[in-house]
Amino acid sequence: MKELIVISGKGGTGKTSLMAAFASLAENKVLCDADVDAADLHLITSPDVREQHDFQSGRSAVIHRDKCTECGLCRDLCRFEAISETYEVDPVACEGCGVCVYFCPEKAIDFPINTCGQWFKSETRFGPMVHARLGIAEENSGKLVSLVRKEARSLAMQKGLDLLITDGPPGVGCPVIASIGGASAVLIVTEPTVSGKHDMERVVQLAAFFKVPAMVCVNKFDLNPDVTREIEDFAGLNGLKSVGRIPFDPIFTKAMVNGQTVIEYDGGSQTAKKIKEIWKHVLQNID
Amino acid sequence: MIISIASGKGGTGKTTIATNLAVSLESKAQILDCDVEEPNAHLFLNPLMDKAEAITTPVPEVDKDKCNLCGKCAEICQFKAIVVIAKTVLTFHELCHSCGGCMEVCPEDAITEVGRELGVLQIGHRDNLKFADGKLRVGEAMAPPLIKKVRSCTDPDRITIIDAPPGTSCPVITAMADTDFVLLVTEPTPFGLHDLKLAVGAVKILGIPAGLVINRSDMGDDKVYEYAKSVALPILMEIPFDRKIAEAYSRGELLVDVMPEFKENFIQLYKRIAQIVNA
Repeated sequence: MKELIVISGKGGTGKTSLMAAFASLAENKVLCDADVDAADLHLITSPDVREQHDFQSGRSAVIHRDKCTECGLCRDLCRFEAISETYEVDPVACEGCGVCVYFCPEKAIDFPINTCGQWFKSETRFGPMVHARLGIAEENSGKLVSLVRKEARSLAMQKGLDLLITDGPPGVGCPVIASIGGASAVLIVTEPTVSGKHDMERVVQLAAFFKVPAMVCVNKFDLNPDVTREIEDFAGLNGLKSVGRIPFDPIFTKAMVNGQTVIEYDGGSQTAKKIKEIWKHVLQNID
Repeated sequence: MIISIASGKGGTGKTTIATNLAVSLESKAQILDCDVEEPNAHLFLNPLMDKAEAITTPVPEVDKDKCNLCGKCAEICQFKAIVVIAKTVLTFHELCHSCGGCMEVCPEDAITEVGRELGVLQIGHRDNLKFADGKLRVGEAMAPPLIKKVRSCTDPDRITIIDAPPGTSCPVITAMADTDFVLLVTEPTPFGLHDLKLAVGAVKILGIPAGLVINRSDMGDDKVYEYAKSVALPILMEIPFDRKIAEAYSRGELLVDVMPEFKENFIQLYKRIAQIVNA
């Protein structure tokens, strides 16, 4: 089974719109949204949720005021300044390390497991989809990313499908690391801006660090043809395949407002044709 | 006053707002780029760097001669960053959250802490504007401790402008917590609206007053406007789409340099924020 992860480094380069267009074009696949922190793919694919599960991960300290003698040991030991002068735990600051729980001489601190989000198995007009919603201000996004990828993989096996296409998160941190490890290939969708290029270079390094083959596609290329060339040169020098350029086109926004992929909105448009060519190149380059 | 600039969705114009607001306020301001995974403010400000410092987080190192393999360290660690297997104790520094629990619990005092490099903190200036940013080492997962380090550069005598990362999870919360105002930047599209709602949820949990900037305000639909009205989120600025702005951005140019008339808009934006904070 092959697994393609679509990432970008910088946000807002068109990653999810392109991913949705691929959903229109690819066959025998499972879709997976691993951008669990700000998942948007479902706004286009309108999934019909068939299974919903809680995502439980990590713990938080809760002090029982009736047992607490205010000795102050927990406040001294906590490195995250999560315990107030009135011995209340700030759930946002609490790292879930359990040090206060372990050392409390009165055993006055509970340590319940957190429900930090939900994940879903759904059907869409493009085929099955696995997606998730991390609770606001929650941690463990990397673990939820690993979970949705694992579930998408087992769903594909169960249904006899041989391709996973995954919408990855922006950045280079914890959730991105969780989304690319062990993938067949990543497609980096960037834009020809100084920040798009800067961020693309960092995800190229990240993909190399985890030894995942990468490809690059430049969206809105005509906004700055010089930077587009610089990006493609950088890709070439680093052994990445450039799979194509997409012009700046308001069709992306129009399709999104309609809840459609660019292919559905206007499959005959120049931009849709470009995307079809890019998809062909991407498929040829996934090993 | 500390103003954090956040968005939920990436690529809505956070860095544009943060850098142009900072430059418009000049010597009164300081900018802290807390988007340590992908710091971009420096690309538009070209600050002169005065100092660069490697930032580390403490992780355990076990003295094998002192260790009696009792396993208490593995028992307290919630992150599986230290384990005892057969006759050895193994540490996984990349999983460690630096809580110090293993060191505290070790009955043989066999554990000390060493630094694991998270990234680099840079401090600089552009004319009279103070600048700091953090750059997470590629391959490093733990952004929040580096964000805290960047925030420790806050100058209480200045208006501190924080460029926050996208999303709503721990890195964003670390960048927004204990700020006086959150300026949310969105675009009027379904993705922009969906992620804005998440960001508003995060701001509510933190209990910080917020306002909205709508970028590319004429592309998309009017649902962001309806939503802002329904939750009484004040719209403090709108920037229509202009290919000239997009092209200038692509070259790393500041909006206030390309279209100087915007400088007054940013000063007004600050005044409206100050009014809300001081109300």
